Amino acid sequence: MKLPDLTELALRNLRESLLRNSLTTLGISVGVASLVAMLSLGSGLQQLFTRRLAKSGLFDTVIVSSRRELRGMGREEERNGPTPGESRVLDEGARQEIERLPNVLEAYPDIRFATELRFDDKPHLTMVSALPQSAKSNDAFESMQGSFFSSDGAAEVVLQKSFAEELLGKTPPLGAPEPNVADLAKPLLGKELTMRYAQRESSPSQPAPLRPTEDAPADQSVAGAAYSVVSREQKLTIVGVSDLDPESMRGPMRAKVFLPLKLAENLHVMQPTDLREIARAGNDQPVYSSISVRVKNPNQVQAIEDAIKKLGFTTFSILDASRSLQQVFRVLYAFLGIFGSLALTVASIGIVNTLVMAILERRREIGIMKAIGASDADVKKLFFAEAGAMGILGGIVGVVLGWAIGQVINFGTNIYLKSQSIPPEHFWAVPLWLAAFAILFAFIVSLISGLYPAGRAARLDPVQALRYE
Amino acid sequence: MTTAPVISAARHTAAIRSENVCRHYRMGETVIRAVDGVSLEVQPGEFVALLGSSGSGKSSMLNLIAGLDRPTSGSVVVQDRDLAKMSREELAKYRLHVVGMVFQSFNLIASMTLAENVELPLRFAEVERISRETRAREALERVGLRARTNHRPSELSGGEQQRAALARALINRPQLLLADEPTGNLDSHTGAEIMDLVREFNQQLGMTVVMVTHERALAERYAQRMIFLADGKLVDDRPNRPTSGAAEVRP
Repeated sequence: MKLPDLTELALRNLRESLLRNSLTTLGISVGVASLVAMLSLGSGLQQLFTRRLAKSGLFDTVIVSSRRELRGMGREEERNGPTPGESRVLDEGARQEIERLPNVLEAYPDIRFATELRFDDKPHLTMVSALPQSAKSNDAFESMQGSFFSSDGAAEVVLQKSFAEELLGKTPPLGAPEPNVADLAKPLLGKELTMRYAQRESSPSQPAPLRPTEDAPADQSVAGAAYSVVSREQKLTIVGVSDLDPESMRGPMRAKVFLPLKLAENLHVMQPTDLREIARAGNDQPVYSSISVRVKNPNQVQAIEDAIKKLGFTTFSILDASRSLQQVFRVLYAFLGIFGSLALTVASIGIVNTLVMAILERRREIGIMKAIGASDADVKKLFFAEAGAMGILGGIVGVVLGWAIGQVINFGTNIYLKSQSIPPEHFWAVPLWLAAFAILFAFIVSLISGLYPAGRAARLDPVQALRYE
Repeated sequence: MTTAPVISAARHTAAIRSENVCRHYRMGETVIRAVDGVSLEVQPGEFVALLGSSGSGKSSMLNLIAGLDRPTSGSVVVQDRDLAKMSREELAKYRLHVVGMVFQSFNLIASMTLAENVELPLRFAEVERISRETRAREALERVGLRARTNHRPSELSGGEQQRAALARALINRPQLLLADEPTGNLDSHTGAEIMDLVREFNQQLGMTVVMVTHERALAERYAQRMIFLADGKLVDDRPNRPTSGAAEVRP
C-alpha cells in the first residue's frame, strides 16, 4: 500500500475509536510535555547562567600574572617551566605585548591596594581597585544607583553596597533583611571621600650599590631602580553605588571601592610587587601583580590563554571554572531527560495497549483485508502508521503543552521575583531543536511500541480472523 | 503478476486442480480431518457447487482454493500455481489478483462507505486514486448500487450489502469467484437476485465460479456441476443442467 493511502486509512481507523485513541494520544502528549518541560528547564537555566556570566564580564576575561608571584606553585606547567626567579616580569612592556595579541580587546593592569578612606572624619580601611571605562557595561554597574565614572581620569569613586552600608553605619546583622540600595545611595551620591595612600615616587638614578664581580661581563649594567614612598591624600566624589559584587570571584582580595584606571595609574600607588621587584636588576618600568585581558569572544579565551602562557606567564579564566559548570549541566540534562522520558515510557505502554485492543476489536476486519488481498506487510504497515500518527500528533500537542507549562511556571515565578523586587528572568526556553527532537522522539517511541502489535496483527490467520464475531 | 511456481505448461490447464488434498486440525489430542484426501478438477469458466451438510469440509476446501489456508498434505493447483508452495506474500498477491471472494456475512468493513469498501483491493494493488474511483463506480453500477456509493454498510439491506461484496470481488477482474454460502443470510427473493448476478459474472465475464452451499435447490438451479462432500471426503461429483430463468429459489 502507498504511503498516502496508508496514512488515510490509519487516520480513519484512529477516528473510529476516537475517545480511546485520543486518550492514548493525550498520554503521549503528557509524556512529551514532561520531557519538553524538563529539558527546556535545563536549557533555560543553562542559558540564564551563560547570559549572566557573559554579562558579568568574567567569561571573556583572562587574568594574567607573573610566575614571580609564587602563587599556584606545584602546577605542572610551572614545575616544567623556568623557575620563578628566571621568569618574565609582568611590566608595561609585557602588557603592551599582550594587548597586541590577535582578538584581544584590551589588557589593563590590575591595580589593587588596601588603604584608608575618610568619610565624615571617620577612617575606613578597605580594598580599592581600578577599573577601565569598558567595565561600564558590566552587569554590576548596569543596574547600579548613580552613574559610572564620567571619564577615565576623573576623581570619582563607585562603592560596593556593603561598603556604603559601612560608611553609613548601617551594616545589617547576620540574617537581617538587606537595606535597599537606593536608600543607601541617596545620602552618599555626590559626597566626598578622602583617600590616603602610599605614593611611589621615582628618585634620580643612583650608582649601583653592588660592584660587578670578576666573572660578570663588563658591559652588563647592574643598575638598581630607586624610589621613595610618600603618603598622599586624594579627594574623591562618590558617583555610584553598586548592588552587585563584581569581584565576588576574587575572594578576600575583592575590592569594595572602585577608581577610574587612568586616575589610579597617575596616583602611582605603591603596589606589593614594587617591593619585590626593587630588588631585581632591570629597568624602571611599572610592574603589575596581574593584568586583566578582555577577549573579543568567549570562544577565543582558550587560544589566548595558550598564547599568553607561551609568553611565559600564568593565566586564569572563568573558562577553567565553567568547564566543571558545563559538566554539571550535562548531568542535569541527563537527569531531567531520564525523568521526562519516564512519562513517555508509560505513554508508550498505552500505545501498545491501545493497539493490542484494536487488534482484538478489528480482528475480523484484518481477516477481511487479508481475504481480499492485503499482504502481511500491508497489515503491519497499517498498524505502524496508526502508532506513528498517534506519536506525531501526541508529540506536537506535547510540545505545545510543554511550552505552555513552561510559560505558566515562568510567569508564576516572575510574579514571585517581582514581589521580592528581583528583576524578571526568562529561565524557560524551548529551542527549536528540542521541539523537533521531542516530536521525532515521540514518533520513534510510538513506532517501537507499534512493533509488537503490528507484528501480531500481520501474523493473524485469516481463516480464524474471519470466523471471529 | 506472481512468481508462483508453474507446474506444467504442456498439460491441459484446469482452472483448479486438487490432488489428494488434506487439511487436518489438531485439537488437543484429537485430529480433526476437515478435508481428507479430496481430488477434483474445475475447468475454466465452469460453475461448480460444493455441497454438504455443516462440518462436511466444504468451507475448508474453499479456503484452501482461496489461498487463505494451506493444505496439510496434497496439492491445490490454480492456473498452474501450486498454492502449497507459495510464500505468504505470494498467496496475498494470488488472493488480490486471481481470486474474488464473497461470504455469507458479506464481510464489508463497517467504517467505510460502499465505494471505499469496493476500492479497497485496488489500494492493496497500489492502483492510482483516479483510476480506483472510476473502477469502483463502474463495479457498483454493475451490481445496481450506483445511488448508494457513499452509504455505509449498516445503512443498507442484506441484499445490497451482498451486491456491494460482489462488486468488491469483481474489482480486480479476477478469473476465479469463490462464494461461501452467498445467500445464507438473505431471503429467497434477494438470494435469487444475488445468484443471478453470480451467473451473469460466470457467463458474461467468463469467471470460474466455485460456490459453497448447503441448499441443494440453489445448486441445481445455477451450477453446472455439483460436488458433494461428507466428513471431509468427496462422495459424489455429478454434472447438472442448471434451470434457466430467475424464479424464486426455495431453500
